[in-house]
Amino acid sequence: MKIAVLSGKGGTGKTLVSVNLAAVAKTSTYIDCDVEEPNGYLFFKPDDIQEEEISVKIPRVDDKLCNGCRKCVGLCKFNALAFIKEKLFVFEEVCHSCGGCVLLCPEKALTEKEKKIGKVQKGISGNVKVKTGILNTGEASGVPIIKRLINESKDNNDLTFIDCPPGSACIVMESIKDADYCILVAEPTLFGVHNLKMVYELVKLFNKPFGVVLNKCLEGENPAEKFCLENNITILRRILFEHELGMLNSNAEIAVRESKKYSAIFSSLLETVKREV
Amino acid sequence: MKIVIPVDEKDMATNVCVSFGRAPYFLVYDTETQESLFLDNSAAASTGGAGIKAAQTIVDNKADALLTPRCGENAADVLKAADIKIFKTTDAPVKGNIKAFIAGKLPLLDEIHAGFHRHGGN
Repeated sequence: MKIAVLSGKGGTGKTLVSVNLAAVAKTSTYIDCDVEEPNGYLFFKPDDIQEEEISVKIPRVDDKLCNGCRKCVGLCKFNALAFIKEKLFVFEEVCHSCGGCVLLCPEKALTEKEKKIGKVQKGISGNVKVKTGILNTGEASGVPIIKRLINESKDNNDLTFIDCPPGSACIVMESIKDADYCILVAEPTLFGVHNLKMVYELVKLFNKPFGVVLNKCLEGENPAEKFCLENNITILRRILFEHELGMLNSNAEIAVRESKKYSAIFSSLLETVKREV
Repeated sequence: MKIVIPVDEKDMATNVCVSFGRAPYFLVYDTETQESLFLDNSAAASTGGAGIKAAQTIVDNKADALLTPRCGENAADVLKAADIKIFKTTDAPVKGNIKAFIAGKLPLLDEIHAGFHRHGGN
């Protein structure tokens, strides 16, 4: 069973929810797909780390074969190619590795070369297998790293929690692609509703079953809760905005491993989610 | 000398556009013949790499100089490879900037920013 945890913006509690659910389960796999700023490993502090570098293919020009027809320049939707003073330039950080230019080149002047864009780290933290995707700074897209993380877990039936990147762009779509269920984490603010709506539309588009965790709940009006009630969205759990939880989390401690109270709360959330799936 | 300026509108009373890569139009101005021509910037709606594509347009129009308030790294690399000089505009409208350029009063643009890439997410 694969459960993706997402939200429209950073800082709502995706990592809090996915790390604690993974830790409270008997055995599980935690995958950090927030490759631009992975932080789940800070909580799990995994041992037995294994690393694998991830590369993509980018074009290389043979200036002797290039006749300046510019077909590749016209094709590239990301404008990674420019033709200046009879010479083709490749902007490697802008290239999205589609391979289209190489296929199109009538002179066969373009070939592919490997470029390292980041790595995948795997380790163990007690009952949890921890997998982390790390994108090198300045790279165009973390999608190839997320693909690797998701594809290698494809046929595995472990209870898996996917900590998604914030937002609803390609990297999030890639992260939830194989998920059986999506947990949307939302804050009790108008801005929180705006961001909840983005991921709500995304999971509907992907036809994924989903429910919402209302995080940082305070007394008084909760616009995110109102949005859920108005749209008949399942509310899985309300997590209170508490000093104790904030302290544990900001000290990079896993709440369910430190406190019986939070262990009970996240166990109950896990049961609710399992029932929903 | 042929100069190019990113502009907001297609007329000589326009202001200089704050963006280079995503400016709606470019004014191509010949300082000798005083001829002017407005180009649509096909890079404005690009998913990414707008600066590179816009700079390619400047190169293809055989400009000698670009007058702009700012310019990103990738665009600057393209322009540099084509030996096109980049000058920094003032807050004045386009006409004032052309006058200042002819009088030699515009400085070379020396701060090249690292770009505003990936704001649309990938």
